[in-house]
Amino acid sequence: MSILGTSGPNGPATPDPSGNAPAEVRWRRLHPLSPVVRTGRALAVLVVLAATDLSSHHGASNTTLLVEAGLIGLLLVGSVVAWLVTRWRIEEGVLRIESGLIRRTSRRFPAEQLQAVDTVRPATARIFGLAEVRLRMAASTGSSGRLSYLSDADAEAVRARLLALAHGVADHTPAPPERVLFTIGSGRLVASILLSGLGLILELVIIGLIVLTAVEPAALGATISGGATAFLGLGTTVFRRLNSEYEMTVAEASDGIRLRSGLLQTTSETIPRGRVQAVRLVEPLMWRPFGWCRLEVDVAGKQRSSRENKSESANLRAVLPVGSRDQAEWLLHWILPGVPRPGLDPPSRARWKSPLRYRHLSWGRNQTYAVTTSGRIRLTTDWVPLAKVQSIRRVEGPVQRLLHLATIHLDTAGRNVHALARDRDRQESAELIAELPVACQLARQALRTG
Amino acid sequence: MRKVQLAAAAVPALVIAVAVGAATGGVLGAAGGFVVVTAAAGVAYLFLSRRLGAWGYAERDDDLLVRRGVMFQRLSVIPYGRMQYIDVTAGPVERSFGLATVRMYTAAAASDARIPGLPAEEAARLRDNLASLGEAHAAGL
Repeated sequence: MSILGTSGPNGPATPDPSGNAPAEVRWRRLHPLSPVVRTGRALAVLVVLAATDLSSHHGASNTTLLVEAGLIGLLLVGSVVAWLVTRWRIEEGVLRIESGLIRRTSRRFPAEQLQAVDTVRPATARIFGLAEVRLRMAASTGSSGRLSYLSDADAEAVRARLLALAHGVADHTPAPPERVLFTIGSGRLVASILLSGLGLILELVIIGLIVLTAVEPAALGATISGGATAFLGLGTTVFRRLNSEYEMTVAEASDGIRLRSGLLQTTSETIPRGRVQAVRLVEPLMWRPFGWCRLEVDVAGKQRSSRENKSESANLRAVLPVGSRDQAEWLLHWILPGVPRPGLDPPSRARWKSPLRYRHLSWGRNQTYAVTTSGRIRLTTDWVPLAKVQSIRRVEGPVQRLLHLATIHLDTAGRNVHALARDRDRQESAELIAELPVACQLARQALRTG
Repeated sequence: MRKVQLAAAAVPALVIAVAVGAATGGVLGAAGGFVVVTAAAGVAYLFLSRRLGAWGYAERDDDLLVRRGVMFQRLSVIPYGRMQYIDVTAGPVERSFGLATVRMYTAAAASDARIPGLPAEEAARLRDNLASLGEAHAAGL
């Protein structure tokens, strides 16, 4: 696969979408093969079903064959109609997408509000050389526009053009240059997944199955059929993670971090620096002997459309799926320059409230960021820019009250990270709840004035 | 407001307890059922009045404070600039007592700012005040 997003081949190779003025006002369709790609998986299953029915030659299977043929036809007709009624164009700095046969929808995506343009290529799309363009908008509604599918060259051209419009530069300005920071080797990724919590469960299940086969082969069938769904679910989750983080390349550009990865489905996405709500560093127990860690970012926009990948909405985006401490530190300082170190430990009586966590509890802050660490087995460190804090809470439970402790929460707009300074001294927490809102306000003002 | 809901729940429970008691143990049973339910309602009343007594809010220059909880004491600070929208709701029971609940939302799902049992005029005043303050302090994500 060619490297995407580099400026070189796009400029001269695709004159038509952005070249002369009349061409750009014209409505355009998606790629003619997109209905096939969209229904690809369902279609493949149905075709295989029909083929097996056909080859088995049972007299009575005529009706099922008819049903299957009908379903295939319906699917195809439906997706072709959807393709026929969908059109898009870029006019005056706005991408417009119109779709729908009966309920017609017309959506406008102004380029000024654009945060990032990502391209995604599922396995079926890669066969035909197609790509999906996804728009990440700044609006808090978080609705993301999609153009699925365009040809690779078109997708890159649209991406470059939208980004040029968003930054208010001329059409043919090359995309900002990027510098590749590192690539994560597939061997290390596989090893890290095998050593992660989910991977370990999967291995235990497989070992259990092997032992069962050796001891009592008769029971194997029943066990497998009983636990098939759970087993499949586990396998898919592990595979999804492998698929989304395989061969990840991390590059820096002036507008953010570029991540490229994928085994079957390849993704190229940009995470703008200003959109990061929180950064989390995770160190699972089994990774610590190797000095590995994982760096994740939480971005705004929790109301993602349900049609996007589940894995994407459920998990944080890993900017470093597995890497050394140095790499993580470097990346962290690139995303959030000048973060403080956690240095303030809780009072020793917090040991009674959180015996397992106590060793790892600490927090710290400076004028721009707050950092908290926690974790019983998996160590997590969270950094939150004070300018992104949405609300501050102080919670004091019954056990904490006995010990004169309280917990401070710093809530952000991200999906699931918020900084949590656990089990602080009551006096300290009272001071914090008084001074943190002021600190957050100052940080916001500093951010606004630049 | 909570007290009212408590009474509404306690009355049917009282009737059922008395009926069950009467069916199984005659007059004595009915009296027993009555005593048990009254005692339970009294304890619940004490709990809820403490809970409501602990609930409070304060409008400061730049943020709103909301305090609540007896067992788990919480204090939330919500900067006006972070408020995305404000809800005022009044259920049938609340409405019959002229009360309303005001709720603030920020972009963070964890922010938890709910003030129940406000008199309707106070709720409307608070809503308007918060809305105008929010506009004055508005900040992006």
